[in-house]
Amino acid sequence: MQRRVIFNNKLLPYLLLAPQLAVTLVFFFWPAGQAVYMSVLQQDAFGQSVTFVGLDNFKEVLSDPDYRATLWRTIIFSSAVAIFALVPALLFAVMAERVVRGATFYRTVLVLPYAIAPAVAGVLWLFMFSPSIGIVAYGLKKLGVDWNPKLDGDDAMILVIIAAAWKQISYNFLFFLAGLQSIPKALLEAASIDGAGEWRKFRTIIFPLLSPTTFFLLVVNIVYAFFDTYGIIDTVTSGGPAKATEILVYKVYYDGVIALNLGSSAAQSVILMAIVIVLTAIQFRYVEKKVHY
Amino acid sequence: MNPQTLGARTNWLPHAVLWIGVFITAFPLWVTFVASTLTPRDIAQAPMQLYPGGEFLANYAEAWSKGATGTYLSPPASTLLLNSLIVALIVTFGKISVSLISAYAVVFFKFPGRMLFFWMIFITLMLPVEVRILPTYQVVTDLNLINTYTGLTLPLIASATATLLFRQFFLTIPDELVEAAKIDGAGPIRFFKDVVIPLSRTNIAALFVILFIYGWNQYLWPLLITTSNSLDVIVVSIKKMIGTGAEPTDWHIVMSTTVLALIPPILVIIVMQKSFVKGLTDTEK
Repeated sequence: MQRRVIFNNKLLPYLLLAPQLAVTLVFFFWPAGQAVYMSVLQQDAFGQSVTFVGLDNFKEVLSDPDYRATLWRTIIFSSAVAIFALVPALLFAVMAERVVRGATFYRTVLVLPYAIAPAVAGVLWLFMFSPSIGIVAYGLKKLGVDWNPKLDGDDAMILVIIAAAWKQISYNFLFFLAGLQSIPKALLEAASIDGAGEWRKFRTIIFPLLSPTTFFLLVVNIVYAFFDTYGIIDTVTSGGPAKATEILVYKVYYDGVIALNLGSSAAQSVILMAIVIVLTAIQFRYVEKKVHY
Repeated sequence: MNPQTLGARTNWLPHAVLWIGVFITAFPLWVTFVASTLTPRDIAQAPMQLYPGGEFLANYAEAWSKGATGTYLSPPASTLLLNSLIVALIVTFGKISVSLISAYAVVFFKFPGRMLFFWMIFITLMLPVEVRILPTYQVVTDLNLINTYTGLTLPLIASATATLLFRQFFLTIPDELVEAAKIDGAGPIRFFKDVVIPLSRTNIAALFVILFIYGWNQYLWPLLITTSNSLDVIVVSIKKMIGTGAEPTDWHIVMSTTVLALIPPILVIIVMQKSFVKGLTDTEK
């Protein structure tokens, strides 16, 4: 944790830490504290008086059927995004590891979506799937599919899942590729000599050895789907139709900034913080494990 | 066994699968590019053609110098790009400098509160802006930072990941180097400038790619903090250009602005691909 040889200076380290700590205190700890503080208060309708209500806001939020529906929707959305971003990424990484010619080209193209803002990724997919002008929507219509994400909640959900997963494939692809490159070649050669085919090698050697990477990526993808997809949802559906694509972060924003229900929004923020803390803790346990592994 | 002959026999499958990947990745980008070269009428003609049209120059010139019209009067794309560039660069260099010096303090000095401060920075990993959105907005309002570049960037400048990465790297600098510098009479500031910064170059480059993309792609925060259109960053402006139904969307302008918004971050990851991969994998450790 600490170096043996260090500099002796009483004031300097504090000066060096000051900028980061100042930003952290003002924009992280103060607002987080405010969220916790507001979550135990209730403001009357006119903003005149404030009373301490203990955990009432939390009870109200957690027993609210709307909130429960949103929580359930978020879980479905995140699982779907994680699956559709992980499976193709693993497939592409396994294949990319096996080609020599064109390897750089494939890698460069597959990595591009990482650079694209979630909100912009949303615009790309919105445009292609727009019922009136979208080229994919046109193709679906020709195939007899009744596609309308503006009116049909399931269609809207499918669209945001595709857009969110599409953007995340690049990230997973790079990590799977790094994981594959660290698998000892001798192991795979030995299996080949024993007559194992590609599928068998994948099932018995590659996939088990990749499991730490897969687990790590699973957590990262869930965190991504929970928190970083705000831009996608806002551009593609704005949470609609009829809240069919409203996930937790979207609801916090909507209830706080648009509906101005401060106590409830603060309680929701605190719940979300708890979720991030749990997910981050799981992620760090993985890092610890990897050290032993 | 000759790996080449073995490879040739089974090689068609990986290429086929990877081409599917390339298609899935590139098709939306191609459609966007094609739309940016068509007239509004050609875009509305379903199915839209899949090869570029003749309006490339006209559309980009209009987007660049005029922007979208309608219910939302966007600034021209040139202004939007400049705003995004300013925000992305302030966030990137702000995060890198602030993290470099705080990691230096934590690693190279011993002082009361060292671990406490380290944990205070570390724990911010768990407070993404989406989670503390409303109270942070309140703080920025109280400080009169709404509609300023400071309000847009300062709250994003603290960085636990960058600090952790630099700390990790500083711990590997050999003690002999520090001792030699001390014998030569170099103080901590001199050592930082002449030894630590030059040694950190590859790490700084790796972080630059990740953080530039992070800054360029910000959405929710600028959406909240700016109420004046002239400060809009390009990502937010594109969303505002898309009509909600009452007013038709100028898709040719939206699509050419989108292509312009994609160029800088894509250029950065292609030109700095090695640094990008290093940055991505290192910051997650």
